[in-house]
Amino acid sequence: MSWLTEYVRPKIRTLLGRRDVPENLWVQCPSCQQMMFHAELEKAMKVCSSCGHHMRPSVAERLRWTFDDGAFTRIELPKVPADPLRFRDSQRYTDRLKTARDKNQSDDALAVAHGSIGGQRAVAAVMDFDFMGGSMGAAVGEGIVAAAKLAVLQDAPLVVFTASGGARMQEGAVSLMQMPRTIIATRLVKEAGLPFIVVLTDPTTGGVTASFAMLGDIQIAEPGALIGFAGARVIEQTVREKLPDGFQRAEYLHQHGIVDLVAKRGDLQATLGRIIGLLRVKELAQAA
Amino acid sequence: MLDARPMRHFLEFEKPIAELEGKIEELRKMSEADGLNIADEIAKLTEKTDKQLRATYAKLTPWQKTQVARHPERPKAGDYLRGLITDYEPLAGDRAFADDLAVIGGLGRFRGRSVVVLGTEKGNDTESRVKHNFGMAKPEGYRKARRLIELAGRFGIPVLTFVDTSGAFPGIDAEARGQAEAIARSIEACLESPVPVIATIIGEGGSGGAIALAAGDAVLMLEHAIYSVISPEGCAAILWKDAAQAPMAAEALKLTAEDLKRLELIDTIVPEPLGGAHRDCDATIAAVGDAIAAALTPLLALDAAALKAARREKFLDMGRDALT
Ligand SMILES: [Zn+2]
Repeated sequence: MSWLTEYVRPKIRTLLGRRDVPENLWVQCPSCQQMMFHAELEKAMKVCSSCGHHMRPSVAERLRWTFDDGAFTRIELPKVPADPLRFRDSQRYTDRLKTARDKNQSDDALAVAHGSIGGQRAVAAVMDFDFMGGSMGAAVGEGIVAAAKLAVLQDAPLVVFTASGGARMQEGAVSLMQMPRTIIATRLVKEAGLPFIVVLTDPTTGGVTASFAMLGDIQIAEPGALIGFAGARVIEQTVREKLPDGFQRAEYLHQHGIVDLVAKRGDLQATLGRIIGLLRVKELAQAA
Repeated sequence: MLDARPMRHFLEFEKPIAELEGKIEELRKMSEADGLNIADEIAKLTEKTDKQLRATYAKLTPWQKTQVARHPERPKAGDYLRGLITDYEPLAGDRAFADDLAVIGGLGRFRGRSVVVLGTEKGNDTESRVKHNFGMAKPEGYRKARRLIELAGRFGIPVLTFVDTSGAFPGIDAEARGQAEAIARSIEACLESPVPVIATIIGEGGSGGAIALAAGDAVLMLEHAIYSVISPEGCAAILWKDAAQAPMAAEALKLTAEDLKRLELIDTIVPEPLGGAHRDCDATIAAVGDAIAAALTPLLALDAAALKAARREKFLDMGRDALT
């Protein structure tokens, strides 16, 4: 498999979190303004102890919380041609990319790793909202395809954590084409008889929602997550109506039958493990 | 006797052409009234107009192309259905909620062969524009598309789509009924189809609402059509913080047929008559028909597995070696 030798150079990361934040630092909940100790918040998986608000975690945190014992192996993702349009607004796209790369210490808005969840082999892909709003360009699309191929190769389910403002405008129609490309990725996983599970996190909108993010065998959402296709402002301007309370939030989608369940972050790992176990009857029968 | 011709809608940059054509019209009226023979004069002016048209349309900017692509007199999806499809049998509804008229489609014959046709319809006048929701589909529209694509697959008949939409409808009800899921499933239906899917971008190929009907084996695009991930106005509002910078955004987005062909995201450019599709709707529709026929022939030779594999490979290859 050439893509494996070319792209999937294992990159073992230190499993412990960075300790660059002093433990006595206070953090304020953006929802209820409650002050909490940073260390305490970390222990609570960045969920406010006062109001239950789920704050955005880093990619490293997400991977740590998802895999058993916080142990996983990250893979290097395929390189894609940078800046296919030679796009420039007030800034060159290449400069924006460089700034985002320096700030986030990553190539683009997606990380892929493998490990086990509930004792079962699994591949996870995590979108990074901090990297240019989690926007999907060729790198993210190619990364989702690589994650799907890795899942097939490892005979493992694919769990995708979405967080995206939508398309990477600076890649124009190339970014639009990531919609069919990532949908092909979901087909690869499904055709191999493997579960494709989507965890929608705050926020997931636009072209990501309207492609692989809505095609999970199981659709899970984090409490309070904003999930939708069109932006609230665009909708308001179009229909000239006040948006209903809780519009496009995880619970609203659950009520409207668009997601299977809303799972609290603290329950997520157990939920994923249980669902994978329930779906993978064939694998167990073959192993026995 | 001259036919009464409806007033043509001129775009801002077509002003010099509008003036010339106005003069010709005046001369014609004069010659009719006074019985003067000014054929020579008219011929001269007509030649000048053609020259002006040719010069203008040879170097349209991306923003000017956006105007042409949205021209109110440009042939719409329904015009292609009427022009290219015989025995048309319109089919309705998503079997769950409603019949979304922003997506029109049904069974018919294309040059004698059974096909399923689908299109996003913008409408030709105020009444029909409202009826078709300006070509902006809701979930039931994409679910109708998916249903018809799957129907075509079951009976082994090709799918022809005509795309002309500013995008999916941004509305409360659309979100509540799963707009994103409906679009995703419609793209999936195109990709999974066991029969040829030929998409033609005839006007505006607006984002997710366009690709929902355009993930095909062959994607054709009219010369002055546009295809983009976001409208120039939307992109300008976000990146330039000023919607008035749309001409710059249009340039940056590389949304013309020529750009998309160069990026290898579409397969064929269909040339338009001089001055744009709206100046000769019949010729445009005929040219699109010929291009569809040419694209269809080689696809008919492939079995379902080969077709699907080639389609996947085509999309997976996109952007992998984009020009930089
Ligand atoms: Zn709180």
